[in-house]
Amino acid sequence: MISLLWRILRTGNLTEPLPRIEPGEREQHAEGEGEIDRLNDEILAILGRALTIREVDAGSCNGCELEIHALNNAYYNLEGRGIKFVASPRHADMLLVTGPVTKNMENALRIAYDCTPDPKLVVAVGDCGCGCGEVGQLFNENYATCGPVENVVAVDVRVPGCPPTPIALMEGILAAVKRR
Amino acid sequence: MLFHAEPIEFSPQPGNGAPVWRGRAMDGEDLQRFAVSVHRHEGRIAAIWGEDRRREDGCYRLHCVFGLEEGHAWVTLDLPASGADCPFYPDLSGIFPTASRMQRATRDLVGITPDGGDQRPWLRHGAWPESWHPLRYDTVHEVGMGVGFPNLPSDYDFVQIGGEGAHEIPVGPIHAGIIEPGHFRFSVIGERVLRLEQRLGYQHKGVEHRLIGADLATGARLVGRVSGDSTCTYAWAYATALETACGVAVPPRALGLRALMLERERVANHLGDLGALGNDAAFAFGLTQFMRLKEDWLRLNAQLFGHRYNMDRIVPGGVAVDLDAAALRLVVEQCDAIDRQVKALRAIYDQHPGLQDRFMTLGPITAELARELSLTGVAARCTGIILDGRCHRQGYIPPAPYDALGVRPATDERGDVAARVAVRFDEVFESLRLIKELCAGLPEGDVRAEVAPVPNAAGLGVVEGWRGEVIVGVQLDGEGRIARAHPHDPSWQIWPALEHAVLKDIVPDFPLINKSFNLSYSGADL
Repeated sequence: MISLLWRILRTGNLTEPLPRIEPGEREQHAEGEGEIDRLNDEILAILGRALTIREVDAGSCNGCELEIHALNNAYYNLEGRGIKFVASPRHADMLLVTGPVTKNMENALRIAYDCTPDPKLVVAVGDCGCGCGEVGQLFNENYATCGPVENVVAVDVRVPGCPPTPIALMEGILAAVKRR
Repeated sequence: MLFHAEPIEFSPQPGNGAPVWRGRAMDGEDLQRFAVSVHRHEGRIAAIWGEDRRREDGCYRLHCVFGLEEGHAWVTLDLPASGADCPFYPDLSGIFPTASRMQRATRDLVGITPDGGDQRPWLRHGAWPESWHPLRYDTVHEVGMGVGFPNLPSDYDFVQIGGEGAHEIPVGPIHAGIIEPGHFRFSVIGERVLRLEQRLGYQHKGVEHRLIGADLATGARLVGRVSGDSTCTYAWAYATALETACGVAVPPRALGLRALMLERERVANHLGDLGALGNDAAFAFGLTQFMRLKEDWLRLNAQLFGHRYNMDRIVPGGVAVDLDAAALRLVVEQCDAIDRQVKALRAIYDQHPGLQDRFMTLGPITAELARELSLTGVAARCTGIILDGRCHRQGYIPPAPYDALGVRPATDERGDVAARVAVRFDEVFESLRLIKELCAGLPEGDVRAEVAPVPNAAGLGVVEGWRGEVIVGVQLDGEGRIARAHPHDPSWQIWPALEHAVLKDIVPDFPLINKSFNLSYSGADL
């Protein structure tokens, strides 16, 4: 027990300050909405310290999930900033959806979307989920796949990348909140 | 040469990958007899897939890969296409139970059918009709929203239990957590699990269809995304298959760097799993500590290789990045730091009574079951089976550069969650040692050779990934593009082991047992 406490003490607080995003650096999010300031301040101001997210893997290779997991490590500390992943879409303000949406997940995704209370936000994650980039092209529509998330449910913000980094994910989540 | 005196003539596959022998079964009976004899000699079924060769050879081709003591036996069986719409082959699931799902998937995709066993669809949920097979060359694909087939929800014939107080708990496809989709049907009395049946295939995105006609570089990108957490493993197995097919000699430095990336992938995933296993036993400290170490690890990947998971860094012919001496020094320094930290954390895990109480005796599997289900990887080694493609064993020499590294296999005899935790800890330490050895002994020279596609060539690549044995089979067409490629994940075989592992426990223990295997949905759904 003492070694455990000692380790906690020695590790200290690792949470990093969030990056300041320069205007124009992420056009796909900014879309004329001006500068995105420090994410932390925005989250406090807009959300009153609480945003709940239901993550739906609708067909990814699990690469995006690895980075979504990383959001909760001590460096990014998403939960410490008031953003929490929840178990039910009924408890969620936002759906974080990775793709490409498979035909076998299409119905489940629609049901999850319908279960999420309004006003809901949808963030499509990854090149496959956004249908962009070379990888998005490789995983476009075919007999087993509906293609990007927007082909199945309305999408507010896209976070491209293969997989997108945790920082890009945080920016995308905030950009979605700002749109409302 | 012959194996077990069975009448299938084998020839060794050239190249610098893991040892593979290729053979052709003359008829179904030969294949079945060979399978029986492999089973009798404690061998494994490693992969099954089908191929439509009607245009080239007027037949369908069944591919079976068996794991033997000496290496892998890749057996093909040609099925005449004339007459019957669905050609039959002998059912292997009576010999190797885990062949069942592979056979069902082969039927869904190619339309060749075993003459017995489970005939329920596996990957086909209702998005396309039974008589339509996506991997046949003459199948017409109409895609696009509103085109093609209606996506109908389908009934699935779960095995049901009866009796007083018995009931079912359906879970999924969307699970409570950041995890891939799949459906688990628990049959329970009270809290005790009587039966678990999995229904997977929700991640099926037609990867094998996307691979048909792809050029070699595109194929590498696709195969590298079959299961994102094993991207280096898949990329290496695919590259080996191609290099074997095209007769390319990979520079030794490239092999060293590939092994470096593979071991880094192993450490990254084991660190994540060790943390998550602590968390699922309500020990959040473990998750916090291990995820922090994993993040440090991934950041060095990004700094040195340009990608946090090293996607697309292993390419046909070699690797896409080289490391200089300064970079190698950073890698070694990080290994020392992580080694110290993980040792301290292991002491905490081992001495924590509450944690050990959850881990011990939970989700047990036996060595007999592991053999019966053809398990590989941590799932096999946690039962005491010494099976690791990177290690020497009687009659087996691992592929370069592992042949010169003297990898020590990590095993545990208990077969429970505690054993899988212990094996992961041991493998982290061994991988850290290997990474340091690789850095110290990295040969000089090129890191990439040119791969000129050889028309109609074929090859098989086998790589021991962090989860188990990954296999990629590739067949090129007359123009040197991919005619058929099949990536095989060890999860195919290990998923059924999970159905057994939960039987002695209660529903609330399932997440921890599931995490202790940490299987890939996407890898097995393709």
